[in-house]
Amino acid sequence: MNSLSVNHLLGIKYLNLNDLELIFKTADNFKQVINRPIKKVPSLRDVTIANLFFENSTRTKLSFELAEKRLSADILNFSSSQSSVKKGESLIDTVNNILAMKVDMVVIRHSNPGAPHLLSNEVDATIINAGDGAHEHPTQALLDSYSIRQEIGSLKNKNILIVGDILHSRVALSNIFALQLQGANVSVCGPNTLIPKYIEELGVKVESNLDKALKWCDVANMLRLQNERMSESFFPSVREYRKYYGLTKERLNKLNKEIVIMHPGPINRGVEITSEVADSKNSIILDQVENGVAIRMAVIYLLAKKNINH
Amino acid sequence: MNKTILLDDKQLRISVDRLACQLTENHNDFKDTVLVGLQPRGKELCDIIVNILKDNHDVSNISYGYLDITFFRDDFRRNEDVLLPNSTDFKLLVEDKQVVFIDDVLYTGRTIRAALTAIETFGRPKSIELLVLVDRRYSRELPIQPDYKGIQVDVYDNQKVNVCWDDNKLGNYIYIENE
Repeated sequence: MNSLSVNHLLGIKYLNLNDLELIFKTADNFKQVINRPIKKVPSLRDVTIANLFFENSTRTKLSFELAEKRLSADILNFSSSQSSVKKGESLIDTVNNILAMKVDMVVIRHSNPGAPHLLSNEVDATIINAGDGAHEHPTQALLDSYSIRQEIGSLKNKNILIVGDILHSRVALSNIFALQLQGANVSVCGPNTLIPKYIEELGVKVESNLDKALKWCDVANMLRLQNERMSESFFPSVREYRKYYGLTKERLNKLNKEIVIMHPGPINRGVEITSEVADSKNSIILDQVENGVAIRMAVIYLLAKKNINH
Repeated sequence: MNKTILLDDKQLRISVDRLACQLTENHNDFKDTVLVGLQPRGKELCDIIVNILKDNHDVSNISYGYLDITFFRDDFRRNEDVLLPNSTDFKLLVEDKQVVFIDDVLYTGRTIRAALTAIETFGRPKSIELLVLVDRRYSRELPIQPDYKGIQVDVYDNQKVNVCWDDNKLGNYIYIENE
């Protein structure tokens, strides 16, 4: 178990349990590093990484950028709004032009599912998927699992609930793969219109009543309503969504047990989760952000392969 | 593969005792000293020295920790395998302290070079010394020499010098291994 079984991080689907354990173990070390007075190591000082964000992002982009800087890598930042993509350049051309500047690794976020896979076949660089459409967001799932493990230990036979917009969520799919790999039971809960058809085929239970689902779970991961991906109305009103699927203090008080509350951000406060719950002691939302940097450092470190020039 | 024992359990104990004595000569009550065992193999020696200082020299408050230097090595991405770290158990600040690096064998000096960079992330020490159990002469790739050494050996490049801790039969011993 000295290296990952993959050359690119395209999705959790392609990883095995050893890979997850290796990433978590390495992240432990990086978490120590980022809590030192000087939070930087020189490991990747001869590596250049391009962050290609074809879709908006705040925390993932910042988190990747910080992880890369903490590892001493050189960084190129790209966002599609200010680029030649607007002039009609294809994805592969854009990336090959960037690689011609001697880039070793590409972190890509794209609205089309499969864009990172396409790149991994077409270009000569290590690819890390930072979110592709409604497909996968592997580093988010890794940091979610890592954060849960810090809170409740091993995930084996634990009950994890994912609530909200499962249909448009790449976080949900990656989380399902990661959690199941570690032996957890996964349920999803949300309005029927936002639950993908055939999701049971993945071995996931579907529950439409949030109160029932909360009773069952040890951890609740509240997803954001992805308004930007919704071209039609999936539920009558935000107010109604909040009433049936919003996590409130009253709902939690009824449970008579403590559960861990997560949210991948950005939060629509007062919709999927109230401020009171988001800021409560059960919430590990800010731990998730801190762990995000350590996890991304681990992934980048483990994927930085032998440099053929040496 | 044949093994030649250089120091057996008793000789090794005498050697380590002497190293601890030498440390006390220079560091008095160890108030401003931090002992740093370099992971993975300097950890054992560090523990043994700390115990000797406590038991035989009445030094009660010794600051010590274990430092992993993997992320600071200069051969990352030179091999097919990724270099995996050991845990760093180091909660101390070394600002203005007298640091003593402790490792079992000094060979090329590259581990020590990495440690010199790694320790900077915990502050700016007043001074840094190096204590090793075995000094392999004529094999240094960097201008690094020990301040305290247990034994000096001259061996060929294809021979390995190892320290074995806590062997069931033989206890602690140092040996040469021919490849």
